[in-house]
Amino acid sequence: MTIEIKTQSVEPLRHTFSNVARRQGADKSASRYLEAMFDLQPTVNFHYKPQWDPDHDLYDTGRTAIVMEDWYAFRDPRQFYYGAWTTTRAKQQDVAERNYAFVEKRALLDLVPEETRKVAEAAFVPLRHAEYAANLNNMYICAYGYGTAITQAASFNAVDRLGIAQYLSRIGLMLDGNTSESLDAAKQAWLENEAWQPLRQLCEELMATKDWFELYVAQNFALDGLLYPLVYERIDGELQRHAGSTISMLNEFMSEWYGETSRWVDATLKTAAGESDANKVQLEQWARQYIDRAAQALTPVAAQVFGTDAQSVIAELREDLTNRAGKKAGLEL
Amino acid sequence: MAAKRLSLREKYQKFTRDLAWEPSYQDKANIFPQTEFEGIHIHDWDKWEDPFRLTVDAYWKYQAEKERKLYAIIDAFSQNNGQFNVSDARYVNALKLFLQGVSPLEYAAHRGFAMAGRQFSGVGPQVACQMQSIDELRHVQTQIHTISQYNKFFNGFHDWNHMHQRVWYLSVPKSFFEDAMSAGPFEFVTAISFSFEYVLTNLLFMPFMSGAAYNGDMATVTFGFSAQSDESRHMTLGLEVIKFMLEQDERNVPIVQKWIDKWFWRGYRLLTLVSMMMDYMLPKRVMSWKEAWEMYFEENGGALFEDLSRYGIRMPKYWDVSVKEKERLSHEAWSIFYNYDHAAAFHSWLPEESEMEWLSAKYPDTFDKYYRPRYEYWRSLQEKGERWYNSTLPMLCQLCQIPMAFTEPDDPTQICYRSSEYNGDKYHFCSDGCKDIFDDEPEKYVQSWLPVHQIYQGNCGGASVPEVLEWYHLVDGQDNKEFLDSQDRANWNRWKGESDSDTDQPVKAAVND
Ligand SMILES: [Fe+2]
Ligand SMILES: [Fe+2]
Ligand SMILES: [Zn+2]
Repeated sequence: MTIEIKTQSVEPLRHTFSNVARRQGADKSASRYLEAMFDLQPTVNFHYKPQWDPDHDLYDTGRTAIVMEDWYAFRDPRQFYYGAWTTTRAKQQDVAERNYAFVEKRALLDLVPEETRKVAEAAFVPLRHAEYAANLNNMYICAYGYGTAITQAASFNAVDRLGIAQYLSRIGLMLDGNTSESLDAAKQAWLENEAWQPLRQLCEELMATKDWFELYVAQNFALDGLLYPLVYERIDGELQRHAGSTISMLNEFMSEWYGETSRWVDATLKTAAGESDANKVQLEQWARQYIDRAAQALTPVAAQVFGTDAQSVIAELREDLTNRAGKKAGLEL
Repeated sequence: MAAKRLSLREKYQKFTRDLAWEPSYQDKANIFPQTEFEGIHIHDWDKWEDPFRLTVDAYWKYQAEKERKLYAIIDAFSQNNGQFNVSDARYVNALKLFLQGVSPLEYAAHRGFAMAGRQFSGVGPQVACQMQSIDELRHVQTQIHTISQYNKFFNGFHDWNHMHQRVWYLSVPKSFFEDAMSAGPFEFVTAISFSFEYVLTNLLFMPFMSGAAYNGDMATVTFGFSAQSDESRHMTLGLEVIKFMLEQDERNVPIVQKWIDKWFWRGYRLLTLVSMMMDYMLPKRVMSWKEAWEMYFEENGGALFEDLSRYGIRMPKYWDVSVKEKERLSHEAWSIFYNYDHAAAFHSWLPEESEMEWLSAKYPDTFDKYYRPRYEYWRSLQEKGERWYNSTLPMLCQLCQIPMAFTEPDDPTQICYRSSEYNGDKYHFCSDGCKDIFDDEPEKYVQSWLPVHQIYQGNCGGASVPEVLEWYHLVDGQDNKEFLDSQDRANWNRWKGESDSDTDQPVKAAVND
């Protein structure tokens, strides 16, 4: 069927949805990110109080101490909606896949000294459990958070963390020749080895934290903000001295992911802190509290690699994170 | 080195459930506080059979591939003004109903499965629910991106989510999903994964997607089929959840049966909107509601419940009523919308003569007897320039929230009224199915946000129709009312270079302008 349309008569009636136009202040075309993000979550006229939380509505601003006039003030600088997120990750996993294949094909891990491999195994593989906790924590933020601007990005983050837990498991299998001995040993260490207990304790505490924004600060800013630089920069750098870039290739996804995700975390905190002094004070209090906790929990992890230098390594990372908070997230710690 | 390689299954277990551990610093109940209150007994989460084994990297890879293909088609669709290829401007109203009524449920599913994916204390169901959660976000977002193009050229789409939270008929789907989400995780997955996606999904997706295909809407066909590949994962999750609960403990059986009864009826009542879409809103019909119900519920569903009988599960209560209603459901529903279309954000119309013939052929026992005379009467009013709109607000069923227009199971001429008393107040229902659900949890359903009550209580912008429409963000004269008088139709004719007389069809000639 061919259709002839008089071109002058097919001017669109409108350029975007009304809610988007109201937010843009004009009826003009909007990005795919904005059209599929703004106002997706219902805000009014809920039918039934949840049986699992009868004091709140299904979606309720009262599940955090943070107060926002508009929960769509948050923007993801990556502009991730599902399609943008998944295609970005697909490209990264493609690179990861090639890295793993390259390391396996050339048996590069065989060239890494046994001692270094043991250190790598002990430092990286137990973290798959911490990533699992991060997965549940971000799913919690998606489930009980307010406004699609934050909650959708949290759901992507949650799945990313499961992916990272699986990459760490895979690295374990590469190190142990697919026997899963390293995974079993790592789980044992996670459950019993003294070096991991403070971190496990913190993870369990976060999994029981009720205020979702507090959890956001604790997990995505404080804990990740120390753990990622410690593991994927410092420890990785230390291992490079003996392992060349082999281990770094296996970790490339994680270090790239952290750089990208920090932009979202910083932007989120900055927006919330910029909203009011009360928010800012609350966020700073949480940030200080959880940076303390995370620093404490990570010191024995760092000591496995840096021995007595661990304290100073952690102190440096704390300082970096404090600077980052001031420069990027609008928090004075 | 010679390594004993893990099997795929073992590897997947290592990559998922082996990530979890027994907490010792926190009471497990603080981490997973919702696992017990519904009365479901789980002894061994390890008995959960993963309905699919997909690692996250593989998920990214497959899904990105699908997204690339889908967005290429969406781009081409808008560049080529594909919206002008649909069969007829009436068709677009089915899409309006979809965006206002179904897409918000995809979003609700996204959040609901995030809740379930966080709350189940076994990693197997956590991971399956989490993946479904982001799939459902995919669905709502691809739907918005596809329909965005229609919104630029047709009325009724422009404030779909604002309307979803306010407009009377949209409280039907909204309350359905909120009912499930406000229950615990086990009831939620029974409601959505099993009862809705496994048992009834074909009755939602087939009509919309095949309807799109028959009516030349290639963009909708594409997102529909693309979503369907996710849907097959969701359906296997639905069945696994049911079997898991039934196999874990005998005490779960009566609870699961009660939920199946409830959610069958809830889902069936929700599909009322789909039934009228199939029989009235598609200019090119796919099949009748009755045929679809016979094929997808009576045959397929019958076989499923036969299979589940070894667990002590029987057919959902009142399934026989749904069979009795299949010859009237769509007609009763369309009549409601014809009556109240001044307050609805899509157009209604009377079937053309050829469509009346199709309806008589599909519904030989009821159409000519009960509904044709009604339409002919309404047409005679339209011919006199007196298109009928009902200005009296209808009474709504307290449970399903549809106006009380359904008829007695055994008498299609008698409106069915049921009621219950609770705390000294009287509540009204459209059916025994709805009444039973209320009677089981009255403290929940007395809370229903009933649009008509809310108008009477002054919570909807005012007492007059124009005030309420404004509060709905429903533009009078654009989004609502009779199709023949609509801007949509006038624009369509202009865009297609057809004058009114070119497109003359019997019914249009009969209308006095
Ligand atoms: Fe869906
Ligand atoms: Fe689904
Ligand atoms: Zn009802």
